[in-house]
Parts: sequence; structure tokens; C-alpha cells
Amino acid sequence: MDHNDQHPHDAPHVVSYGQYVLIWLGLLALTGITVALAGIDLGRWVIVTALVIAAIKSTLVLNIFMHLKFEHRMFRWFVVITLATLAIFFILLFFDYAFH
Amino acid sequence: MKPSESAVHAGHHHRDDVGSKIGMWLFLFTELILFGGMFLAYAVYRLQYPNEFKLAAIELDALVGTVNTIILLTSSLTVALSITAIQEGKKHLAQVMLGMTQVLALAFLVNKYFEWSHKFEVGLFPQSDVLLSKPPGEIIYFGLYYVMTGLHAVHVIIGMAILAVMMGFIASGRIAKDNAVRLELGGLYWHLVDIIWIFLFPLFYLIH
Amino acid sequence: MATTAVETGPDFYHEPSARKGLRGWIFSTDHKRIGILYGVTMMVFFTVAVIIGLLIRLELLYPGKTIIDPQTYNTFFTLHGIMMIFLFIIPGLPAVFGNFLLPIMIGAKDVFFPRLNLLSWWLFLAGGVLALVSLALPGGPADTGWTFYVPYSVRTTTNVLPALMAAFILGFSSILTGLNFITTIHRMRAPGMDWFKMPLFTWSLYATGWIQILATPIIGITLLLVAIERWFGVGIFDPALGGDPVLYQHLFWIYSHPAVYIMVLPGLGVVSEILPVFARRTIFGYKFIAYSSLAIAFIGSLVWAHHMFTVGMSDTGMFIFSFLTFLVSIPSAIKVFNWIATLYKGSIDPDVPLLYVLSMIIQFCIGGFTGLLLGTLAVNIHVQDTYFVVGHFHYVMFGGTGFALFAALHYWFPKMFGRMYAKRPAIVAWLLATIGFNLLYFPMFFLGYLGMPRRYYDYLPEYTIYHQISTVGSWVLALGLLVMVVNLIVALRKGAKASANPWGSKTLEWTVASPPPMENFHEIPVVTKGPYDYSEYERPHETK
Repeated sequence: MDHNDQHPHDAPHVVSYGQYVLIWLGLLALTGITVALAGIDLGRWVIVTALVIAAIKSTLVLNIFMHLKFEHRMFRWFVVITLATLAIFFILLFFDYAFH
Repeated sequence: MKPSESAVHAGHHHRDDVGSKIGMWLFLFTELILFGGMFLAYAVYRLQYPNEFKLAAIELDALVGTVNTIILLTSSLTVALSITAIQEGKKHLAQVMLGMTQVLALAFLVNKYFEWSHKFEVGLFPQSDVLLSKPPGEIIYFGLYYVMTGLHAVHVIIGMAILAVMMGFIASGRIAKDNAVRLELGGLYWHLVDIIWIFLFPLFYLIH
Repeated sequence: MATTAVETGPDFYHEPSARKGLRGWIFSTDHKRIGILYGVTMMVFFTVAVIIGLLIRLELLYPGKTIIDPQTYNTFFTLHGIMMIFLFIIPGLPAVFGNFLLPIMIGAKDVFFPRLNLLSWWLFLAGGVLALVSLALPGGPADTGWTFYVPYSVRTTTNVLPALMAAFILGFSSILTGLNFITTIHRMRAPGMDWFKMPLFTWSLYATGWIQILATPIIGITLLLVAIERWFGVGIFDPALGGDPVLYQHLFWIYSHPAVYIMVLPGLGVVSEILPVFARRTIFGYKFIAYSSLAIAFIGSLVWAHHMFTVGMSDTGMFIFSFLTFLVSIPSAIKVFNWIATLYKGSIDPDVPLLYVLSMIIQFCIGGFTGLLLGTLAVNIHVQDTYFVVGHFHYVMFGGTGFALFAALHYWFPKMFGRMYAKRPAIVAWLLATIGFNLLYFPMFFLGYLGMPRRYYDYLPEYTIYHQISTVGSWVLALGLLVMVVNLIVALRKGAKASANPWGSKTLEWTVASPPPMENFHEIPVVTKGPYDYSEYERPHETK
């Protein structure tokens, strides 16, 4: 993907109102699931399920609301690099704390 | 800006929306990592104090938290809708959507204000006698709670300011149907504020 | 690329449409002016930090009190560290040379966000002034060491808060620079300049930009937490309230280790830039060097806890961090091998920039080897928090990046200022600086090995001779720096006017006038060749 595009600006990808509302409904549903699951005693799995659902919600926000799905692939790589960096911080930190 | 300098900028600024977006995403990454540092601290202490975290979380009202989550998710929707509206040339609709976003954001902050003042009333604030008499894990929980939700609230306020500026730009025409990238950038910031809350919510309110 | 006739016309210093006087500079969004602004303000901070360093060495000339009391000594090494790290070495090469040269090297007229660029400098100035102001405020300057370790940084009554705020603001400045450079490199390369036709200095700035983006926010939040701790007593790092001081160290070093790669990567880029010119050979292993910059940025983010081997981490954690520390030496070594291969059978011109580069490479290697020693768990137990560490990091940061900065200064001086400096005093300065530097820091490895702790105001008599050699070294070094600076200042006024390309280099910045005009290029060039095409110098029998 290169620099000064000499051609006129591409018309931006427009997401319809309906598509946005659908995603919003999905987010609300996932929120409901999270709250419901919190009421069940899942022991150690509570945090994992909560984080997984939060990750799914974030993916929806990133891809649709924040347009990541419709942008050039490069943006997705950027996001992956950033999240991977954060993940690595967590993992390496836990090599210390989990083995105390 | 002096003529020559603006010539420079006219020369290189064949208005590059992709470049502007790269800049904004990079900035969002810094915000993500900023909060990431706090989540790292949360993770370490949750590992250390699993039971005290559960005990302390009882003080938080899961209903208020859920309502606030719905508020923020809806505010993300309204921002996204405002962008579609401006891309279709519907200035008025865009402003209405942004206005609704502001109202929702304000509601979020009002809720937060009541949450915090309730906790202050029952003596649960840093260095209070009540808090200091609790086990260390609970003190840490509340410390993290105040810092993380406080920092998040600061970002909500910043987001509101950014969106207010965007509303001004729409009114003055600096944001228009064929020139909407600024609104997209403002929207990106707002969605990030939402994403951070998406993680804060279960980690503080739903530990049962 | 073919050298075109260089256009005449006013250079960027004399741009007629710019505002007159100081306002034309401090409100300028031109990347070259901003680079010069950084250079001037940085010189001030550097000078203060050097003087403090000399005073520290003077105090250590004899055991016991020599010139200052212990409290002052503690504030001195704190300030020296804060200023050198946050006000000199981290901004250093990117802010001065990156700003000035990056757009020209890729064939652009400016960076992508010129106003953000100006903001970066304003923030830099604000942070620096705040740090200096903390000297004068009641309570005295911070005495925590530049690392602000808790719990002391929470309890001390010295001016920790201004120091923290200064560092926070400077972090913002750094982030904005990285953001600007990454965007610029992605979007503003001249037609024909694909990624692998970019100069290697540009690659290093790209890798550095990513570290600035991904690592700096962590120090931001960490310092903010210390400030919050001082204000509100939240307890996040306070053991009495359930907090963990070691967590502070983890968070601090998650940034501060990658920070040293922010410091050194551009320096390594400068070396890759200068060697081909003065060996009259294309760089050996261009792609390896480019990728190794990215590899260093990545692996360098995984090694932070090697600063903490003695604090009580788990064995598992320590093994892993030690292993990763060894791993990060590999891409650095790859660069050194490629540099040597570049020099091999080259047509060497031992001019001033190359001399600084050669010192740099040797000193960087010494720093690197001692880093491996420090990364070895069994050795670390003995030398952690001793002068061995002080020697190590001065070798990489000063002997490495610092000397690379001097090399960059002497290489790009004619381009930036339109004048050439006198060669002989420059060589004298280089010799004094190199000799002085090594006299100053090499004894520290012995001191550390023999057990002398760092940051100590006093010491046992058996360490005296090493300290004295070191202090004398500091004087020789200071003399060298003085000669260097005076020589360059004289050149500004009386130096011979420099042509567009006095070194015969092949990168784009040498195709424009010295100094360049405001817009760099009247016409954006079209790039067809790589940046180090010295094929016309190759001997006929040589095969590629």
C-alpha cells in the first residue's frame, strides 16, 4: 500500500444504518449473556468467559463501528501487532507472578 | 500560515485520508497500551487476591454498571450513525446523532458521579478509616477501581470535547459529505473509550 | 541517482515568506527548523547534564566528601540520569536528525503532521523547563535516581512530582514524534522509493517509531500511578496496603528497556548510513540490516526483567528473561557483521564521520558483550547494582548512541548549516573524546567486579585508583567535547561554504542545496536506484 495516491479520493465505504443497529443489538445481547453468566457459579471460568465475551464485543466494535473490516489490510496488521505486544507483556509478567 | 508554508502543505496534502487514519490509529494504540498497563496491574493483583476481589466487588452495583455499559454501547451506535448520515449528506441527522452521543456520555458520567459519591458516603475512599480497616486485597481492589474508572471517565470527557469540536466542524462546513474523515477520526476515539469500558465492566462489576 | 543541478534561491534559514525573528522559528511547522530548535534546546540540557556528570566524578575523586554533601550527590545522579535519558538520548537522533532529514531522505517536502511536529517540540521544551524548575523549588530536586523506585519515590519530600510530570510530558513528545515518522514513512515516500530502496536510517526511525508508540504509554501510566500514590495514598505499590513494589519495577522497565532501543536504533541506523559513503561500497546485507532493526524492536520488548534479577522473581521468570536477553544480541550482532563486511575491501576514507563510527562500533560491542555478562544469571547476582552496570550502559548509550550522534553531527553538518568544519581540530576532538571516554568508563567494569555498588557517595580506599583514572578520563572527555563544540561553532561563522554533496553520498538529502530550501525539493524526485549505489567505484575484477 503506497503513498500519495494520485487518483481522486475513493468514495469511502458507507455502512448502512441498519447494519450498525444490528451490531448494536448483538452487543446488547452479548452484554446480557455476560451478566447472566456472572450469576452462575463457574468458579475459575468466570473470568475466562467474561474476557472471551468482552473480546467478541470488542471485535464487533473494531470491525464494524471502527471500520477495521473495510479498511486496508495494513490497519488490521497494526491492531494485531499492538494486541500481540500487550499479550506478550501479560504472558511474560505471568512467568514471574504465576510461579511464586 | 505563511504562503510558502501553506504551499508546502498544499503540495503534500493532496488530503490523504488514509494517512490521517494511520495517525489516529497509532494514537489509539497508545491509549490502549496506557490502559493496558492498568490491566496488567489488575491481573497481577487479581491473581494474588482472588477472594478479596470477590468480596470487595459486592460493594459495586452491577445494575448501574450494566446500565452504563448499555449507555456507552448505544453512544457508539449513535456516533457510527452520525458518520453514515454525514456521508449521505444529511448534516442535520448527523448533528442529532452526535447530540444524542453527548447526552448518553453525560448520563454515563452522572451515573459514575453517583456511584463514587455513594462509596465516599460509606467511607470507601483511599486512606479512609473504613478502607484501611479492610484486608489488603480489598484496599487494592478499590485503588484499582478508582484509578481505572477515574482515568476512563477522564477519557469520556475528552471524547465529549472532541465530538463537540466535530459538531462545530459540521456546522461550519469543515466536515461535509465529501470530507468526513475528521468525524471518522473523532468516532474512532469514542469507540476506543467504549472498548475500554467493555473490559472494565465485567472485571469490576461481575466478579461473583 | 544522477546529481542534478542544484537550484539556487534562499535556504530555509532565509526563507522570505517565513515570519521574521524568533517567532518565525518557535511557531514554524517546517521540519528543518523544528530539527534545529530541538538541537539548540537539547544542547542546553546536554551541557547541564554533562556538568553535573563532571561534578559527580569530581566528588568521587577521593573517598569521603570532596566537594558536595551526600544529599546533593543523590540529587545529582538523579538529575544527570533524568536529563541525559529523557532530554538528550531518547529524543536525540530522531528529534534532531530524524526531523531534519527524514522527509528529504524519502523525497518529501515535510512530515505528515507538521503541526503535531511543532507540538512535539513545545512539549519537549515544557518538559525540560519543568525538570530544571524542580531544581529551584523548595524541597530540593528529586533524589530517587532516574528510576523513581517505590517506596522511596512515594515517601521522599523532594520534588518528585515535577520530575514525574516532566517525564510524562516528554513521553507525549516522544509518542508524537514516533506517530509522525511512521505515518510519514508509510505515506510520503517519493515515487519509485519502495520500502527496500529507503535509506537504512529511515528504517531505523521506522522501527524506533513503533517502540515509541507501543512502549512509552506504559511509563506514562506508571509515573501517573506514582503521582497518584503521592497525592492520594491509593496503595497500588505500597506493601502496607497490599501493593507490590516489584510490580512497579516491572511496569517501569517494560518501557525503560525498550527505551534503550529507542536510544540506540537510530544510532545504528546512522552507522549504516555513514559506512557506505566512506568505504565507497554499497552496504553489505541491506535487507538483513533493515529486518534486524525490526527484530531488535520486537525482541527488545521482551527482556525488561533482566533489570530485576535480584529482587526475588520466580526462577522460571528469570530463566526466560535471561534467555530472551541473549536472543536480542543476535540482530545487533548481525548488524556488526554486515558493517564489517561493508568495510572489507572498501576504499576507506578515514574522515571525521567514519572515525566516530569506528569508535562507536567498538564501544557498542564492548557495551553489548558486558550486557550479555549482565544477562547471565550467575554473573548478575554479583554485579547487579554495581559499577559494572554503570560501565555497561554508558558504553552502549554514550559510547554507542552518543558517538553515533557525534558521527551524525559531523556527517550532516554541511547539509544542515551550509558550512564545512576544519578537519584537524575535529580529529583532535575525536581522539580526546575516544580516549577520555574509555578512561572514564572502562575502570568501572573493574570497580563493579570488585564489588563497588553504584549510586554510592562514599567508597572504600581500595577502589580509589579506579575512581581516579575514571575522573581524569572525564576531564579528557570534557576537553574533547569542548574542542568539538568550539570547532563546530567556529565553522558556523567561518567555515568554508559547503556544496550540496561534499561527501559524494548517494542518498536524496545530498541532491538538494546545503542548507536546503524551505520546501526541500522544487520537484519531487522519481527514485530509480537504491540508496547506496557506489558501483562506479567498484574495482573491475570485483564480483557482487
